[in-house]
Amino acid sequence: MGNVLIYGEHAGGNIPKATAVAVGAAQQIAAASGGDTILALLGNDLGGVKDAAAQLGATKVVCVESADLEHETADIRTLTMKAVAEATGSDTVVFAATTAGKDIAPRLAAAAEAAIASDVTAVNDDGTFVRPMYAGNVFATVKLESDFKVVSVRTTAFEPVEGAAASASEDLSLSIEKPGNAVEFVKLDATVSDRPVLTEAERVVAGGRGLKSGENFTTVLEPLVDALGAAMGASRAAVDAGYVPNDLQVGQTGKVIAPTLYIGVGISGAIQHLAGMKDSKVIVAINKDADAPIFSVADFGLVADLFEAVPELTEKVKALA
Amino acid sequence: MKILVTAKRVPDPETKIKVNADGTGIEEAGIKWVVNPFDEIAIEQALRIKEAQGEAEVVIVSVGSSDSQEQLRTGLAMGADRAILVSADNPDPTVVSRILEKIVEKESADLVILGKQAIDDDSNEVGQMLAQRLGWPQATFISELEIADGGGSATCVREIDGGLETLSFPLPAVITADLRLNEPRYASLPGIMKARKKPMEEIDAASLGIELGRSVTIVSVEPPPERAAGRVVKNVDELIAALQGEAKVL
Repeated sequence: MGNVLIYGEHAGGNIPKATAVAVGAAQQIAAASGGDTILALLGNDLGGVKDAAAQLGATKVVCVESADLEHETADIRTLTMKAVAEATGSDTVVFAATTAGKDIAPRLAAAAEAAIASDVTAVNDDGTFVRPMYAGNVFATVKLESDFKVVSVRTTAFEPVEGAAASASEDLSLSIEKPGNAVEFVKLDATVSDRPVLTEAERVVAGGRGLKSGENFTTVLEPLVDALGAAMGASRAAVDAGYVPNDLQVGQTGKVIAPTLYIGVGISGAIQHLAGMKDSKVIVAINKDADAPIFSVADFGLVADLFEAVPELTEKVKALA
Repeated sequence: MKILVTAKRVPDPETKIKVNADGTGIEEAGIKWVVNPFDEIAIEQALRIKEAQGEAEVVIVSVGSSDSQEQLRTGLAMGADRAILVSADNPDPTVVSRILEKIVEKESADLVILGKQAIDDDSNEVGQMLAQRLGWPQATFISELEIADGGGSATCVREIDGGLETLSFPLPAVITADLRLNEPRYASLPGIMKARKKPMEEIDAASLGIELGRSVTIVSVEPPPERAAGRVVKNVDELIAALQGEAKVL
C-alpha cells in the first residue's frame, strides 16, 4: 500500500502544534494501510525548521526549497504537493484543518481527481473517516471512493506522536513551473499577542455580545484572561458587532477549540458557537439569562451579571496565585 | 465584467438539526430553507462591484433540486441580473465544482465569488476545487476585495489563522467570502417584484458531459455524543471551589 504524506506548516522557523497533530492522524491512517508517514516541508531556505520537523514522528521528512515557495499560496503549493506525493509513492495526503490546510487541500483534491474528507474527527480501521456536518449536530461516516485520497483533520481530535525517534530527512528537487497567473503575496499583518495561541491554549476565556462593547473586552474580560494565563476567544455575535477581530471567533465558521478549561462570558450559546467549543474538558458559563442555551452544555453555570461576577472572579483567581 | 455567484439552498442556521430515524440523513420536516449565509455575502459583494463599476452583469447559480429556485429568486430580488439552476441529484463538492466549471466556461465569467463554506455539509471545498479546475488564482476567506486595472486584477485581504494576509492576482479568479466582507442587503419590495420577471435558466447536469457520480459516499450519520448535564453554582466562590476541587483545573 502507499505512503501517507503530511503537509508541514511552519512560520518564523517554528512548526505549529496543528502539524504535529496531523502527523499523529497520518500515523493512524498509515497503520491501517501499512505505509510510511512522510512529512513534506515546502519553503524558501527552510533552515532550522528541518530539524524541528524531524522530531514529530514521521518516518521521513522531505524538503522542497524554491524561491516560488516563499509564501503559502495555494496554486503553486498544490502543484508542488501533487509532485511530492508522486515522488514519494504516497496515496493519501493529510492536512491540518487550519486556514492553510483548508485553502490548499481541496485544490489538491481537484488537481489529483482525489476524493476528499475535510475536518475529519476520527479515522476508522476500515478506512472510512468521520467528519462533522451541520455545525457539529451530525457526524457522518464517509468513504472516499478513489485510490488517491486527501484528508484534512480537526486538530482538537488527534494527538501528536509521543516520544518519537528522529526522522530521516531528504531534500527533493522538483521543477515546478509557476503559473503565469499565479497569486502574489503582498503582506501579512500578523496578530501580535503575548497570550497563548487560541487553538492550542489550555485555558480559553471567550466573550459574547453580553460584553456590550469592544472596550469592555479590554477592561472587563482581558484581566480575567491574563489572570488565568488563558487565550481570548469570542462568539460570532461579538465579532459581527465589531467588538473584536474575526481571528478570535470560536465556532462553526471560526476556530474549533478544546481547551482543558473554557469560560464563556456573556455568550448565549448559539448552535454555531457550541460547534466550536463543546469538546472542551470543563465548560463554565457566566450569563445573566438563566435560559441561555450555553447552560445546557456547561459543567458549571453561574447566573449573574458579568460586570460584577467577572471582576470578582478575576480578583479571586489572582489571589490564588 | 461578468460575475458569477452561488446560492446554495441550506437549512436556516437557527434550525436545530436532528439525525433522521434510520440514520441516513437529517430530519427535513419543519426546516426553513434559506440561501447559505456565506453565499449571501458573495452575492452582496458582486452587487457592490457592479454598482462601483457601472457595467457588470451578476449571474447567480444554484446546483441542486428544483426547490433551489426559491434561493435563486432571493438572489435576484437582492439585485442579481439573472439566474441559472443546474438540476443535480445529491451532488458532492467535487461534482458541484465540475458543474460550476462548465457553467463558468459557458458564461465566460471574469470573476466567481462563492461563500467560503456552506453551513449544511461544512465542507469548505468547492471554491478551491473550482479554481484548480479552471487553472485560476484563488483567494479564500476574504474580508476585503478591491478590483483594479479596470477589472484586470484584484487585491484581497484574507482572514487566516495568524492574522490578515493580502494577496494580489490577475482576473479571472475565484474568491470565497468570509463573514466580514460585507453586510448583505435585504431584498426590497420593488426588488422582489422585479425578480419575478428576471430570467431563470434551467440546465440538467446530465447534459453537461461530466462525471456526476459522488466520490465521497456517506455511509451513515449519527448525532454527536451528549455532554453530561452540569450544574448551576450560586456565586463566584462556589465556582472557584468547584474548579479547584471537583474539576481540578485551577
